[in-house]
Amino acid sequence: MSPSDGAAPARWVPGSGEARRHVLVAVVNNRPGVLNRVASLMRARNFNIESLAVGHTERPDVSRMTITLWGDDVAVEQVAKQLYKLIDVLKVQDVSAERRIEHELALIKVNAGSRTRKEVLAIVEMYRARVVDVAADALVIEATGTEEEIDALVALVRGFGIKEMVRTGSIVMVRGAQAVEVNA
Amino acid sequence: MRMTKSERAAAPAERTVGQSAARHARDGHLPGAGSAAARAVEEARARMFQSARPRRRTRIGADVVCEAILRQGVDVIFGYPGGVILPLYDVFADHPQLRHILVRHEQAAGHAADGYARATGKVGVCLATSGPAATNLVTAIGTAMLDSVPIVAITGNVPAALLGKDAFQEIDITGITLPITKHNWLVRDADELPRVFAEAFHIARTGRPGPVHIDITKDALQGETRAEHPATVSLPGFRPNLDGHARQLRAAAALIDAAQRPVVLAGRGVLVADAAADLRAFAEKAQIPVAHTLLGIGAIDETHPLGYGYMGMHGWKHVNRAIQEADLLVALGMRFDDRVTGKVSTFAPHARIIHVDIDPAEIGKNVSVDVPIVGDVGRVLRALLPLVRERKPEERGAYFEHLAAMRRESESSSWHGSGAWRDGLLSADFVVARIGEATGHDATLVSDVGQNQMWMARYAGFRRPHSHISSGGLGTMGYAVPAAMGAAVGRPEKETWAIVGDGGFQMTMQELATLVQDRIPVRIAILDNKRLGMIRQWQEIVYAGNYHSASLLGPDYVKLAAAYAIPAFKASTPEQVDEAIAGARAADGPALVWFEIAQEQNVFPMMPAGKGLSDLIESWEGANE
Ligand SMILES: Cc1ncc(C[n+]2csc(CCOP(=O)(O)OP(=O)(O)O)c2C)c(N)n1
Ligand SMILES: [Mg+2]
Repeated sequence: MSPSDGAAPARWVPGSGEARRHVLVAVVNNRPGVLNRVASLMRARNFNIESLAVGHTERPDVSRMTITLWGDDVAVEQVAKQLYKLIDVLKVQDVSAERRIEHELALIKVNAGSRTRKEVLAIVEMYRARVVDVAADALVIEATGTEEEIDALVALVRGFGIKEMVRTGSIVMVRGAQAVEVNA
Repeated sequence: MRMTKSERAAAPAERTVGQSAARHARDGHLPGAGSAAARAVEEARARMFQSARPRRRTRIGADVVCEAILRQGVDVIFGYPGGVILPLYDVFADHPQLRHILVRHEQAAGHAADGYARATGKVGVCLATSGPAATNLVTAIGTAMLDSVPIVAITGNVPAALLGKDAFQEIDITGITLPITKHNWLVRDADELPRVFAEAFHIARTGRPGPVHIDITKDALQGETRAEHPATVSLPGFRPNLDGHARQLRAAAALIDAAQRPVVLAGRGVLVADAAADLRAFAEKAQIPVAHTLLGIGAIDETHPLGYGYMGMHGWKHVNRAIQEADLLVALGMRFDDRVTGKVSTFAPHARIIHVDIDPAEIGKNVSVDVPIVGDVGRVLRALLPLVRERKPEERGAYFEHLAAMRRESESSSWHGSGAWRDGLLSADFVVARIGEATGHDATLVSDVGQNQMWMARYAGFRRPHSHISSGGLGTMGYAVPAAMGAAVGRPEKETWAIVGDGGFQMTMQELATLVQDRIPVRIAILDNKRLGMIRQWQEIVYAGNYHSASLLGPDYVKLAAAYAIPAFKASTPEQVDEAIAGARAADGPALVWFEIAQEQNVFPMMPAGKGLSDLIESWEGANE
């Protein structure tokens, strides 16, 4: 009495699916060390974070993290489940499939002497970015937008010479009246 | 005034030094001198050397610690004193209901708390001071983490004002234990201790159990407090799901009713949930054979007609074959560890999988499953029971006959019933089986790690829950003796044996002194092959016989025991085995048996790393061991 003959198909191994970009929202207690717990878990579990942004929310006792990462759906679900095990994590939601606003902020210090300033300003205009500081031969551009929008802006100004750049990583909010809620 | 040349050269410098000395005289050497923070640091340093407490005193943080432990129904802690934890030792005498057992190394305190927890189902508590003592606990905390054992580890730390200053014996121990605990706390204020202890015990024992760690600054232990112990805890981020989802339960029942070749895989979750009776009822009603993991030993009586045996890397061939042929696996409180599945892509290729676990993160982590059920194994089984169709054993006649035939073949293959391995040397499987027999299969048997662990799992014969204790997930050598110590303290009515290799025994044998001093009646069986046996086995089979560092010298264990006034016995031939066991059992207190076993016996079958359950090695160089 043995199973029907013929080779059985290989069992599927979790995490071996196609990787895509995911955006997770984690609502956490606003306490010292929570960021460390989240970061430590990601490192220990071999999850690769692309960006992580953390900040205050409408509730003083609660902070919110936006985590972007690559992985197949099962691997990212595993991330969410592991995060849930942290006592200080109140809620985790994968919003990758939701209609959402997903923005980050960038500050870019670009070479811009008298010869090139006009051109740089035109690009700033086109991307609805702003100039927040002007020096003799450099400008600081402040831009908000999706990761792709900022990537595009960066690509355009790169030719002028970027002296310095800093990006916050995405923060995200689902469109419509519905909110990422925590029952607490 | 006349100056020499050298005096002149020194003069300006002297002036600056003089000036700054004057400033220091005003403000002290402390960074931020004069500030409140700096004053706190100075005071804290002074209090590091504070003298004994006054006779009449108010309630302090250290009292809260003792009260909290007793309130949780725990009356023993395993610990070791040191500078910043002394305020706690200073009040122990005022809480005489709390028994403190002084170990000989903090790692042993941790393993003892772990053994206590596994044997009793209660939370174990261990205690150490800061710095090196705290880091000594790390191995034990990690051991408890990987096997989901509820322990509360308590450490002292330097006074709050000195945190981060690399004070004497200061280490970032909460940073170190963060990834190996369910949760940890650094408490700097005595008023917080009642809440933290209530949360800690709750988290340790609730849902999937595990270790927690509380680090307490010396000033928090010494601070006066009136804070009361809370009746409940509020942890919005910690609400384990206990009951399986109704739809999934129905889906599971449908698969179970339809299955032709089902196998239950029972893990430690069954024991944690106290669900051995529920498992038996379920298996009997649906007539499903039960295989178990290493930590699932005891979930079903091995002599039960549906008890099929130990699975995995060194499990029984018949069990692994049944899994590879199964059309349905009902996995209960187990986590598809790589020692159980081997290569996942070839694991149980014909089987659908129902996976019940209280930790949702375990479901789909290592193996994809068809029906996930998040919940307490006992509750899920009780909910599932009325949903599954009742069967008679005859309905599975052909299947059961096939299983029985496989079992007969596999159980006879690597067993040395005569007690003799090649050339009549003492065979380890025989020794372990005799210990099981002699103790009526009712003792608590604690194994170490290596071949001894596999022999015990395969041959001792387990009948009741919590009678088998072993470090499965972390595989911590040196675990057996201290864990047995905790198990014996927790379940004094059960005879307790530590079955340990010569390598593992030499890792924590300092605890012989604790056994004597605290009269803990652990029987120690050293399976002495004068080898790191499991290492030697791998080197023989995987590394072409390149035996580097596999042989190790040991002492004369009878003389060693004698130095501790522990009765000791020795058996080097099959004929001497029963008498030696009987001698140890007759001792009033701890005892030791030195079994000189064959030096090159292997544990078979063996699933080589990277291979699957169908790729078992059953013999080597013609020798069926
Ligand atoms: C703390 C620790 N160090 C190393 C190992 C690796 N290891 C696993 S089994 C083993 C050999 C154990 O030898 P022994 O205690 O004599 O037991 P035997 O295999 O001979 O029964 C070793 C070194 C381990 N599991 N734990
Ligand atoms: Mg050995």
